[in-house]
Amino acid sequence: MPETQTRQVVEIGYGGNERLMMNMGPQHPSSHGVFRMILTLEGETVVAVDAVIGYLHRCHEKLGESLTYVQYPSIASKTDYVAAMTAELAYVSTVEKVGKIEVPRRAQYLRVIVAELQRIASHCLWLGTWCLDMGGALGGGATVFLYCIREREMILDRFEELTGARLLYGFHQTGGTRYDVPPGWDKKVRETVDFIEQRLDEYEAMLEDNTFFRVRTQGVGVISREVAESVGVSGPLIRGSGVSYDIRRAEPYSSYGDFDFVVPVETAGDCYARYRVRMVEFRQSIRIIRQALDGLPEGPISSRPGVKSVAQVRVPKGEGYTRVEGARGEIGCYLVSDGGPKPYRLKWRGASFSNLAVLPYIVPGHKVADVVAIMGSVDPVFGEVDR
Amino acid sequence: MTLPPALMHAIEAFIVLNVLLVLVAYVTLLERKFAARMQSRIGPYYVGRPHGWLQPIADALKLMMKEDIVPTASDRAVYNLAPIVFLIPCLLIFATIPFAPQLGVADLNIGVLFFLAVSSLEIVGLFMGGWGSNNKYALLSAMRAVNQIISYDLPFIFAALVPVVLAGSMQMSAIVTAQQGLWYVGYPVIGQLAFIAFLIATLAAENRVPFDILEAESELVAGFRVEYSGMKFALIQLGEYAHMLGTSFLGALLFLGGWLGPGPAALGPLWLLLKTLVIFLLVTWVRWSFVRIRVDQILGISWKILLPATLVLLLATGLVVATRGAGGG
Repeated sequence: MPETQTRQVVEIGYGGNERLMMNMGPQHPSSHGVFRMILTLEGETVVAVDAVIGYLHRCHEKLGESLTYVQYPSIASKTDYVAAMTAELAYVSTVEKVGKIEVPRRAQYLRVIVAELQRIASHCLWLGTWCLDMGGALGGGATVFLYCIREREMILDRFEELTGARLLYGFHQTGGTRYDVPPGWDKKVRETVDFIEQRLDEYEAMLEDNTFFRVRTQGVGVISREVAESVGVSGPLIRGSGVSYDIRRAEPYSSYGDFDFVVPVETAGDCYARYRVRMVEFRQSIRIIRQALDGLPEGPISSRPGVKSVAQVRVPKGEGYTRVEGARGEIGCYLVSDGGPKPYRLKWRGASFSNLAVLPYIVPGHKVADVVAIMGSVDPVFGEVDR
Repeated sequence: MTLPPALMHAIEAFIVLNVLLVLVAYVTLLERKFAARMQSRIGPYYVGRPHGWLQPIADALKLMMKEDIVPTASDRAVYNLAPIVFLIPCLLIFATIPFAPQLGVADLNIGVLFFLAVSSLEIVGLFMGGWGSNNKYALLSAMRAVNQIISYDLPFIFAALVPVVLAGSMQMSAIVTAQQGLWYVGYPVIGQLAFIAFLIATLAAENRVPFDILEAESELVAGFRVEYSGMKFALIQLGEYAHMLGTSFLGALLFLGGWLGPGPAALGPLWLLLKTLVIFLLVTWVRWSFVRIRVDQILGISWKILLPATLVLLLATGLVVATRGAGGG
């Protein structure tokens, strides 16, 4: 089929008469090689947007079928490389569900701690890069970016002490976790989150008291509740549009039911609402981490013995879907097992992929400068979009 | 032996130009170090210890050695001419700046007017660069440039005219002399408001964050200079920083009392430089703490707020001067 027939682009009517097609990406500072937006412009106003993805496709689902249950968790972390812990968690949870494998309570608590630390780290990167997109690499955006990266580094240091890795961890394994906390680690984590909590106040003072930041974000890229629900966005996007939906609350996994936390909801649906949701999530994550550290039970960290061979884990015939609340929304993993050491079929549901689908609904009608602000507030990670 | 005046001026201009180019180069280093401090970094360090004092020279050398690329689809003549057309007004503005009494290239009796007129000419080079590159990003940037610079030149001029009205002269040295008793930034209400308006308009006229929509690298990659490389890029950069330094000099002369300051008169140029750098750092401070605003918002700020405000301010200044008589401070 010719390309013109497969592509359907929604265009809005606009008073002007001369249109300009502009490629934003893949070679572009704010899409850095992994995403292409074909913008139709009338003057500065975007009247249509067409998104082209697939620049970072690495056959993750096929890889999942050709690697064993023991091998794949460390590859699963590469789907969403900014929040590797939650991607791993989604995969091992699915294996545990299909295989009906119990997870000890200590391992569940550890999973919660790393997942929430990862959420903070991921949101740090989101805030930094979003401001970088809006404020320029040679301006205030770079300042916020460097501050955020400084805080993210602290969490990566904690992960390094825990797992020996800083980006892709391989922390989870079927039936529990691979590593127990080293001595003194919980104290360091407490210090880290205390420090980050103080810094959050600084960011809010720097951004929310800044009129320029507010005019760039308020009323920009409004996702209505209807659009949010019909497109199927999740995570901070849907919570920014007035839907109180969080998988940690709706369908608790890994002992999330034990903890006391608030699911932030904003009704405006604009970039600023999404920003507010994430800022509250920072603090709620810190709250959960403190509770989990306080209540960390003693006991084994895995219901299965340590990994000795690649085909050690076998899962009985069956299928199952598990979802976890990642930093960007619902990360789902669907797995079909034929009883062997490898999955028969694996399907990922990337949060960013579904969130990105909202772009054609919200971008047209905005100025070129808003496109990057909206993109940043959607917070896509293209490893997860293309997989 | 006396030299003919024309030759004398040429020599003066040559000296000023060269001192200036070195100054511009080192102002970039100052900005980088200042920004680094703000962002809890160190900044340039290794090229020339201590603290990377050779970095500007290394940058210039690097840019000179870069390949010069001319896009095949560009309008060659316009594309090649643009950096020069851009740079000349940016350097020409220094002609009327007196660095101390009797020390400068030409202390014209319409110095401020000359400065304002010439500094607005940079838009021609900008537009030529954006148009000649034949690139969509550059074209959008050129469109934004024309919008923005025309909108902000008026408030810029109005703000700069407040000291002119207060001093009753357009000659830079006369304005400085008039500030003998009180710097115009200290002039009750009017002085402060005019200074703030001047700073805002300066930010916009120099395309700095939050008004740097011409460059806007997260949207337009590098704006009008996206296709420029090597020495042409260096010329544009140089022009931009020279313009910024020139405007800072103007601010120091108009509002901060120029070379006036404690100590012997010989320290005058030093005081002027110090005040200039204070303004430069103020602008830099804003640049590294704000996010960029949108093109329609930029125009809105100019036409709806800044322009009426500066106009009223100028009228108020006129009233004040009419009631107390011109001159003096």
